[in-house]
Order: sequence, then C-alpha cells, then structure tokens
Amino acid sequence: MTTNGWIQIALFCAVVLALVKPLGFYMTRVFGGERTLLSPVLGPVERGLYRVAGLDARQEQTWLGYAGALVVFHVLGFLLLYAILRLQALLPLNPAGQGEVAPDLAFNTSTSFITNTNWQSYGGETTLSYLSQMLGLTHQNFLSAATGIAVAVAMIRGFSRASSRTLGSFWVDVTRATLYVLLPLCVVYALFLVWQGIPQTLGASVDATTLEGAKQSIALGPVASQVAIKMLGTNGGGFFNANAAHPFENPTALSNFVQMVSIFAIGAALTNVFGRMVGDERQGWAILAAMGVLFVAGVAVTYWAEAQGSSVLNGLGLTGGNMEGKETRFGIATSALFAVITTAASCGAVNAMHDSFTALGGLIPLINMQLGEVIVGGVGAGLYGMLIFVLIAIFVAGLMVGRTPEYLGKKIEAKEVKMAMLGILCLPLMMLGFTAVAAVLPAGLAGPANAGPHGFSEILYAYTSAAANNGSAFGGLTANTLFYNSTLGIAMLVGRFFVKIPALAIAGSLAAKKTVPASAGTFPTHGGLFVGLLVGVVLIIGGLTFFPSLALGPVVEHLAGAAGQTFGTGG
Amino acid sequence: MLTQLRPALVLMVALTAITGLAYPLAVTGIAGAVFPAKAAGSFIERNGQVVGSSLIGQNFTSAGYFHGRPSATTAADPADATKTVPAPYNASNSAGSNLGPTSAALSERVKGDLDTLKAENPGAAVPVDLVTTSGSGLDPDISPEAALFQVPRVAKARSLPEDRVRALVTSRIEGRTLGVLGEPRVNVLALNLALDDLSHP
Repeated sequence: MTTNGWIQIALFCAVVLALVKPLGFYMTRVFGGERTLLSPVLGPVERGLYRVAGLDARQEQTWLGYAGALVVFHVLGFLLLYAILRLQALLPLNPAGQGEVAPDLAFNTSTSFITNTNWQSYGGETTLSYLSQMLGLTHQNFLSAATGIAVAVAMIRGFSRASSRTLGSFWVDVTRATLYVLLPLCVVYALFLVWQGIPQTLGASVDATTLEGAKQSIALGPVASQVAIKMLGTNGGGFFNANAAHPFENPTALSNFVQMVSIFAIGAALTNVFGRMVGDERQGWAILAAMGVLFVAGVAVTYWAEAQGSSVLNGLGLTGGNMEGKETRFGIATSALFAVITTAASCGAVNAMHDSFTALGGLIPLINMQLGEVIVGGVGAGLYGMLIFVLIAIFVAGLMVGRTPEYLGKKIEAKEVKMAMLGILCLPLMMLGFTAVAAVLPAGLAGPANAGPHGFSEILYAYTSAAANNGSAFGGLTANTLFYNSTLGIAMLVGRFFVKIPALAIAGSLAAKKTVPASAGTFPTHGGLFVGLLVGVVLIIGGLTFFPSLALGPVVEHLAGAAGQTFGTGG
Repeated sequence: MLTQLRPALVLMVALTAITGLAYPLAVTGIAGAVFPAKAAGSFIERNGQVVGSSLIGQNFTSAGYFHGRPSATTAADPADATKTVPAPYNASNSAGSNLGPTSAALSERVKGDLDTLKAENPGAAVPVDLVTTSGSGLDPDISPEAALFQVPRVAKARSLPEDRVRALVTSRIEGRTLGVLGEPRVNVLALNLALDDLSHP
C-alpha cells in the first residue's frame, strides 16, 4: 500500500461527500415538483409528454397503483429491448454486420438491462450493433435507473407523509428522474469523457497497420454517451467486453476518478433527499455514515489484499502486488477502490478483472453484493434497500427494550417487518439456491474456467451479482449458455421485483399511518448509537447467512494459496 | 392496468427516442465538432498510414521494440470457428485472462515469462506488469520500471548506446494526473514511434 493510494481514496470520499448536499438539494426540488434551473427548457417538454400520455401530473397513485405502473413499464421495456436484439441484423446502424442475438442471450440481456443489472453474457464489440447499444441498452440504462430513483422517492414519501393514501405518481417520478436528473448530467459528462479520449462515432471499426506490420482491427462506436449513463445510473453494462478496463471506456486516470465518483454521486445524494423530505437532514447523514463505515472497511481490506499480491505468484519471486487483470494507468489502489465502489453500488462496471483478484480481495466485492448493495447502493435501490435494513434494526432495538419500535414518528408493526424480511430473504434464496443447483448439475459445472475453490467462487459470484442486480462477474465463467442465461435471468428478476414491490408496500403502509410525536422514550435515529446498530444488523444478517458459502470459496482458496497449492493443469 | 397502458406506451416511446436516439446522436454531433480526433478514436498516422490508436496497445515481439504487457485476448480459430486461439492485443475482442490467484495455468505462465525475462536482463528485478496480463488485454502502457528494464535489449538490437535509449524512456514517462491520480506510466506505442525517429529498426 502506498501513501498516494490512500490519498486517492481519501480524495474520492471527499469529492463524493461534497456532492451530497448540492445534488440532494436539487433532487429534492425536482421530486417535489418545484422550479429548478432547468425548468424553462425542460418544463415544456415534460408538460408535452404528459399531455400526449393523458396524464395529470397532480394525480397520485396508491402503492398498488405505483407498483402496477412499474411492472407495466418494465414489461414494455423488456419487449422492446428483446425485439431490438432479435431483429438487429435487419435494423440500421450495424456497420460490423452483427447477426441476430440468440433467444436465450436476448432474454438474459433484456432482463439484465431492465433490472439495472447489466450482466454481460454478451460481448459488446462482438455481439451488438450500434443501434442495439444506443436504442436498446443506452435507453434502458436511463429507464432502469430512473425507476430505481422513483421507487426510492416513493419510499421516502411513505416516511414523510402522514395519513396519506398515495405515494406520488410513478409516471411523473420516472419522467422527472430522466429529464431533470440523468439526462442533463449525462450530456455534460459524455462530452467530458470524449475530451478524455473515449470515442463517440457511428463509423465502423478501423484497421491499423502496426509498427511490426500486423493488421489490428480496432472496434469503435458511440461509446461515451453510453459510458456516461452506465456509471451515473449504476448500470455498469459495458460497450466493450472488458468494460471500464478497456482504454476506450476509461482512457485516463482522471476519467477513472470521475467514473468512480459518478457511480456514488446520485446514490449518496439520495440520503440527503431522504433527510430533507422527512424534515431532518441528520437522518440522512446517519444513514450515509453507516454506509461509509462499511465502505471504508471494505476498501481497506481489498486494497491491503491486492497490494500484498497472491501467495502463489509471490512464491515465484514476484513483488509489487497483484497486477494480473489490472491496467497500468490505474494501478492497484484505484483498481481495488473501483472494485469496492462498483459492488457497494449496484453498478457492476469493472476497471480490473475481479476474477483475477486475490482470494480476499475478491471476497469483499462478494460480501458487498450479498449485503444487498446497501452501501450507497444502486441509484435509488441502495436507499430503499438500506431503509429496509433500518426497519429491521429499529425492530431489533424495539425487541431489546420491549417497546413498540418507531422510526421518524411511524410505528413499525408486523406488516412492515414482514415485508422487510421478504425483501431481505429473497436475495439469499436466489444467490445460494441457484449456486447450490449449479454446483451439482453438469450444465452448471461446465461454466467455471478455474479449477478448485475458485471455480466455486465463480458460480457463487455470478448468482450473487445477478440477484443483487450488480452485473459484475468473475468473468472466467462461461455464462452464455442456455442454463446460465435462463437461471441468471430468473435471479435478476426476483432480486429486482421482490425487493422493489415489498419496499413500495412498506411505503404505502407507512404513508397511511399517523405520525406520533417523539417522546422521552423514542430511540434517536441520528446519532452514533443508531449508526452502530444499523451497521451491526447489516453485517449480522448478511454475514451469518452467507458465511458458509464464503468459507467454501474465497476462504478455502486463501488458505490453499498461502500453503502454495494451485489447482488445475497449466498451459 | 389498462389505464396504465397509455402513459406506459407514450412514455416508453418518447423516452426511448430522447435517451436512445436524440441523446447519443446529439453527443456524437457535438463531440465530432469539438473533439474530432478523440471522438474518432485517437488514431495515429505515419506517412499517411494509420499505425494504431494512442489509447490502444499493440503487439510488439521484435527485440528492437519495447514490448507491452502480456495480453490474454483471443480470436476465433480460423480452422474451427467454435474454438478460440490466442491473439494478443486483438482490439475487436477485449478480455482479461480471468485466471484466479491459485490457478496452476497462471502460475506456470508467469514462471515461463519470468525465466525468459531474467535471461534477457540478468540481475535486474522483473517488474510485475511485464509478467501479468492487463484487464482489457489492450493496455497501452507499461510502468517506467518495465520500460527501463527493456533498455539493454532494445539498445543492443538497435546498436544504440544504452544511455540514449534510457534518456528517451525517461523523457516519455507520464506522471500521475494532477500529481495524485493513477500511476506513472509510459505509452509503449508512442515510445516505439519516438524510437523509430531515433533510428530505423
């Protein structure tokens, strides 16, 4: 580990923290329907859309109406994307002449993008046309991020309202998240990325003649516009196979830094939106503090493990840490930092290959996702995921002192706790259940590229990433098969909707309740004690559920590596 | 549900057009006008011929050029399209090795590369980036140590004094951005182009 590495990590945290208040202020106004700087330009567009759609912006929905709209919107998005992928050979903007996408891969990719997972069974430059990338993937990047933000805002309204039947309008929230938050940031951001060297062209790939006289065919495309939303929307699906490790997706140390910040920016700021909307910004900071504790601990472990390097390679006399699968311009510090950020959020973009991380370095990304990506988390998804954990923490605290638990003046009762547990339990069911199935079926065992415990980790990582809607991978796994494409697709759907819909149900139930005034017996939820309790609950629920699976994969691998053992045959 | 269908359809179509067509095409237009070379892929021409992109590494094997890092990219086997064969620095199929820390294949590959490099420059410690593949397989850079390590071989192959080659490498080292971000590095293609200006291979 180097001092410079830690300075970069500290600088990252400082920049994210500095953005929380201004972005939080702006988004609070946007979702409150107030005027913003961009209203003169975007207001007419927004009102025009509502007119054609037959919407009254003031008409709100109950939680069921909100959830119904959400489902309808996702189904339509799925059908559209599936059709584009299947028909891409017949559609324009296909200079490389990519053929139609196979049905199982199209199912997997469509599911992956509507659920904000962006798992890459596809290889960007070898499978998809420019039109599929733009009209298909870029647009779902926006909409899946916007729906995540919408659900978070609806859940916040559940806490901030009293005796209310409604949670806002899904259509209005999605439109505003897209037009006022994501789109303007992306235009500026994409141009910054082009300035850093990311291509943005509709031209075909270019054949270069290398200095040694060989032909090198260099894939291109409208990359910058997609990378901007893939980061800001915590989508993570790469334009290229190698994702943000590819020099055309992440050309410089500066582009790398800004990409890391942009993964966290909206998710972190939503905690401030929460604080503002419930009328006490300290509540938002307390939640962000709990996220921060878990985040810094994860970064420290991963950075330490990667700087130490792999015992096996160090045994050959290699020094300098683990550089396998990492890019020179990023080095070990920001590769480790990126890996923790991308799995803490539900981004899943990678600037280094997680599969080649040391056993302990790869353990933290796994744990981050298994905890449900509540450490800042995906845009929106992180906040509502963490609020679910908050309810459990409050419930546990209530049990300890024998008092009906309250949070922000709302009594937390059986219905909320049941829904919260449903949202929490569906993840281990998908992650561990499918891993167990794949670890015994021949179709599952055909996947891993590495032998021994690392092969098991590859399978576990895949289902963890899918159910958590992350999308990063231990990329050695051959996932583009009927078995993996379908089972991973199911895990993504369950991981998305069995968290979102319970979250909306909780919001609906809370919004209907009266607010009870705080009394001397009320547990303060803005202080250190609450932060500690929340961190503890997240770790205990996550840790205990997943510990056995982690012991079989990364922990065994670490111990075997330390003893100098390798697996599989060479060459 | 039916009452939801009209807003769903209208918003899906309109937002698709805005975010999936208008946005990328507008960015393409502006980027092409403001940063034309970068938007096109940062290509480098020599004598009117495209020799590569300054951002994309390329495969160097001859002794008279500095070599980049090992690359794990592959291409379809010309004999059997269902199989792949190693094709280092294949810029239309980026990939890492995805070999894990206890992989025997990784350990044997590194051992082989270490032996070759130790024979080439006995006595010097082999920099880690010269025996590890990058994440993309297209890493355009190597560490300054990795460039300096290769100076004796390149100087000998080109019949140049080592000091001149070393001075060239030193002049090509890029520091951390703003003094803190990333790691110091040397762009291999740019270094080799400068080398060709110094002496023909």
